[in-house]
Amino acid sequence: MINFQYLRTTTAKSALTLLQKDKNAKFLGGGTNLIDLMKRGVTAPEKLIDINHVPLKQIELVGSKIHIGAMATNTAVAEHPLIQEKLPLLSWALNAGASAQLRNVATVGGNMMQRTRCGYFYDTEMPCNKREAGSGCGAIDGFNRMHAIFGTSDKCIAVHPSDMCIALVALDAEVVLATPKGERKILFKDFHRLAGDTPQLDNNLKADEMIVRVEVPLNNFAKNAYYLKVRDRASYAFALVSVAAGLELQGNKIVNVRLAMGGVAHKPWRLTSAEDFLKGKEATTENFEQAAKLSMTGAKGFGENDFKLTLAPNTIIEALNLAKSKA
Amino acid sequence: MMENRILKDENDRVDGFLKVTGGAKYFAEYELPGLTYGVLVTSTITKGKITSLNTKEAEKAPGVIAVLSHLNKPSAPAYEQEGGSPMKIFYTDKIFYNGQPIAIVVANTFERATYAASLVKATYAKEAFNTDLEKALKDTKAKKLQGQPDYKRGTENAYKTAEVKIEQEYVLPIETHNPMELHGIIADWRPANKVTVYAKTQGVKATQGTIANVFKIPIENIQVNSEFVGGGFGMALRTWPLEIATVMASKHIGKPVKLVITRMQMFTMVGNRPAAIQKVGLGATKDGKLTGITHKAFGESSTYENFTEGVVNMAKFMYQCDNVNTSYTIVPVDLGVPIWMRGPGEATGAFALESAIDELAHELDMDPLDFRIKNDPEMDQQKNKPFSSKNLKEAYKLGADKIGWSKRKNKPGSLVEGSWKTGYGVSVGVFNANRGKASVKGILKADGTLVLQSATSDIGPGTGTGMGLIASKLLNIPTSKITFELGDSSLPPAPSQGGSATLSTIGSAVNDVCVALKSTIAELAANSNMDATSKFVDVLKKNNLPSIEVTKESQSGKERDSYSMYSFSIHFVQVKVHSLTGVVKISKIVSVGDSGKIVSPKTARSQMVGGAVGGIGMALTEESILDHRYGRYINNNFADYHVPVNADVPEIEVIFIDKPDYLVNPMGAKGMGEIALIGFSAALANAVFNATGKRIRKLPITPDKILA
Repeated sequence: MINFQYLRTTTAKSALTLLQKDKNAKFLGGGTNLIDLMKRGVTAPEKLIDINHVPLKQIELVGSKIHIGAMATNTAVAEHPLIQEKLPLLSWALNAGASAQLRNVATVGGNMMQRTRCGYFYDTEMPCNKREAGSGCGAIDGFNRMHAIFGTSDKCIAVHPSDMCIALVALDAEVVLATPKGERKILFKDFHRLAGDTPQLDNNLKADEMIVRVEVPLNNFAKNAYYLKVRDRASYAFALVSVAAGLELQGNKIVNVRLAMGGVAHKPWRLTSAEDFLKGKEATTENFEQAAKLSMTGAKGFGENDFKLTLAPNTIIEALNLAKSKA
Repeated sequence: MMENRILKDENDRVDGFLKVTGGAKYFAEYELPGLTYGVLVTSTITKGKITSLNTKEAEKAPGVIAVLSHLNKPSAPAYEQEGGSPMKIFYTDKIFYNGQPIAIVVANTFERATYAASLVKATYAKEAFNTDLEKALKDTKAKKLQGQPDYKRGTENAYKTAEVKIEQEYVLPIETHNPMELHGIIADWRPANKVTVYAKTQGVKATQGTIANVFKIPIENIQVNSEFVGGGFGMALRTWPLEIATVMASKHIGKPVKLVITRMQMFTMVGNRPAAIQKVGLGATKDGKLTGITHKAFGESSTYENFTEGVVNMAKFMYQCDNVNTSYTIVPVDLGVPIWMRGPGEATGAFALESAIDELAHELDMDPLDFRIKNDPEMDQQKNKPFSSKNLKEAYKLGADKIGWSKRKNKPGSLVEGSWKTGYGVSVGVFNANRGKASVKGILKADGTLVLQSATSDIGPGTGTGMGLIASKLLNIPTSKITFELGDSSLPPAPSQGGSATLSTIGSAVNDVCVALKSTIAELAANSNMDATSKFVDVLKKNNLPSIEVTKESQSGKERDSYSMYSFSIHFVQVKVHSLTGVVKISKIVSVGDSGKIVSPKTARSQMVGGAVGGIGMALTEESILDHRYGRYINNNFADYHVPVNADVPEIEVIFIDKPDYLVNPMGAKGMGEIALIGFSAALANAVFNATGKRIRKLPITPDKILA
């Protein structure tokens, strides 16, 4: 590890000021990903600005939206009565991620900022365009069992590793950012990016901006929702494929539906065509199968991850069935 | 009636309290005055030569005391000689595998050493390499070595002409031991060539001997301490080059040096369970009598040291069959040398053989349990000797009842509930009931306590607990008054802890010491006109003796020549497999141990449970993944290398046959460290087949393979 300067601040404003002073500074939240990356030599910030004492831990209902502060821990959100009652999908997704120890320190903002778990990204002796532009992609012709099947580019096929973000994108969340010019809002689905020609960029947060909170509109999906995560072991493993499903049912009719998938793309993958198809239809396995099929348009395997072309639609069907049978 | 005393479960681990309260001190926790910190620099190529090594920046970095490499060949007299197979660390510019240590940086803090290590720059002349076993097997020019003499009984490949036959190939990936405790050592080389080390080792005497050999100093000058070991699973059965490097460094700088390697380095420089490809052919008569067993195995080894293990042993005696042939070939690849991992080669072999037995039973449309019972041997056909004891038929029945085998349907995919399919599987495990030679010293004191000493280890099985119980039973002293000292090379010699032999080997010496102490007390009592039933405390007091001491060396007698001695296990597994996602959930495990008399029920059960958990890893989750283009590991961390977590582990029931076998040793007890795991992965694969009709012949059984 290379020596770095450690700074601590207690206000969002001063955090932003400190960040603007130094291009090589990074915010330190729970540190569950950043510290690993520093130990592996993937990143070497000169300054760490500890923002754990910035009062951004609120979880509250404001009007018709639930505000979740960027510094709230994953555990605090997952266990909060408001979240469990109104946004159970988010609570389940959070609890499906990492381990209890990690969730206790990992923050909402940090969760959004976590980087891919691609093994080539972590090993500085191997090629990775995300880590080192132009060095090539080790995964495309290498070990790509965990990798993306949607929205890939010839530069990068890494996946976004978060569970929380899958639920948030499904639930139409918005992200509130502090910028030098005041606050700006961005839809959660637009926060993360596809790799394209700039795989080094995971998201659209600018270098001088800070995540302040996430806002989630109230919805009617609490009754029939499910977060299904398929993984190599029962806990503490990243998703092979995960699906966040929320159904609003009248009898067996789907009034409204939200679907998003994890482990398949460089960003949380919202399944809008499947949603459009299901809206107004009966909640039957046949319709779920049709929706799953529609979701797979444009999917492409790279060899070892070809199984996701089967697993992904299967997981969509199972998640919808489980969401339906929740009531 | 001491002989019939039932040892109940309330006999806790003697070191349990220390371990759960942080009181147990592991090697890396020793703080020596003037301690310095070593960090290894490793090769980034897989094969070739170091052409330059620039250590200048590292040497100038803050806190750095020394940088050692092949350029300055730190003193190790044995390495100056020609030849010899173990890797001579820092005595060669050759690179044998990616991640090979090429230098050690020593600094006054760990962080400074880590930073300075990143400043060492090497250049290489690269050579073509191969880290892929499958590729090496296809390449007729690739080197292959006989790992064990070919074995033949009766007709070779008799299965080919059998009425019913199967022929299949089974593949195991590299598995890495990954004990929680990272490997390393503290070495303290003092003037007059006196060396003290705090090691993570399964054998303090072995570590002592290796250091003596390499540095050519008298063995009594070396003190090895290793009281607590945070898991080994076999990887601490030898002294690795990195440990020698640390001793070199301490000798070089005249200060104690601590080296703790990283989790990534745990994948490259302290061995693994080598990848293996096995071909099994089995034949039987229509009514299910085995007529031919052929087992051919190919296991990975390294290019600089050969590694062999007992992959095809089980095929030679486990089933009644007149025609058996086996071969075992080792294939050197450009990776670090493997080392025995729990169950070692036998666990590798059992996956293939016990999967194949299940496949043949299916071909015969027989219950695989009935098929095994029908072919259960009366004697060891390989050695042509009777078994010292074997209670498998009883064990099959006990386990089958417990798992609910009667609910199993022979037709795969018969038990379906919603998206989940249920299946049952069974497998046998077997391992030598080894017993070596060991010495134990017993000190019986007038204050009513007993101290036992031996230079053995405890990597987790509960050595001290078991030994205390043996002594307690013989001398009628409560275990709370007995202390067993181990993990110290100055104690009476004992072999390394491996091969499921500790209880049998050290326990026998404890037995002999206790018997001798008992007769000494009886003699003293008689000489001082005391009743023969007098308490030893009274006898010692009457004779004005603060204590008496006895040291005994113990080993097997001729009975070993007349009998075949094995420990056996049977694993039953019930699984549920999700038809859409391919997820395998284990719903129940029953493991039956046929390993003689159980000396310490709690730690014995713990062994079997731990073995099953290790078996879950082998069967479902563990695989060290290489990118063969680079010869580097992809998933070398605990997030991506999946050892089972609590949520993967279901209810595990352990049943012991608990019948003494006094031919093996005076306690009638056999080891069980290996049998706890051997065969488990096959039981699981067999259960998955029973649930789904899918036969997975390549471990681990991950969802993608179920869906394929």
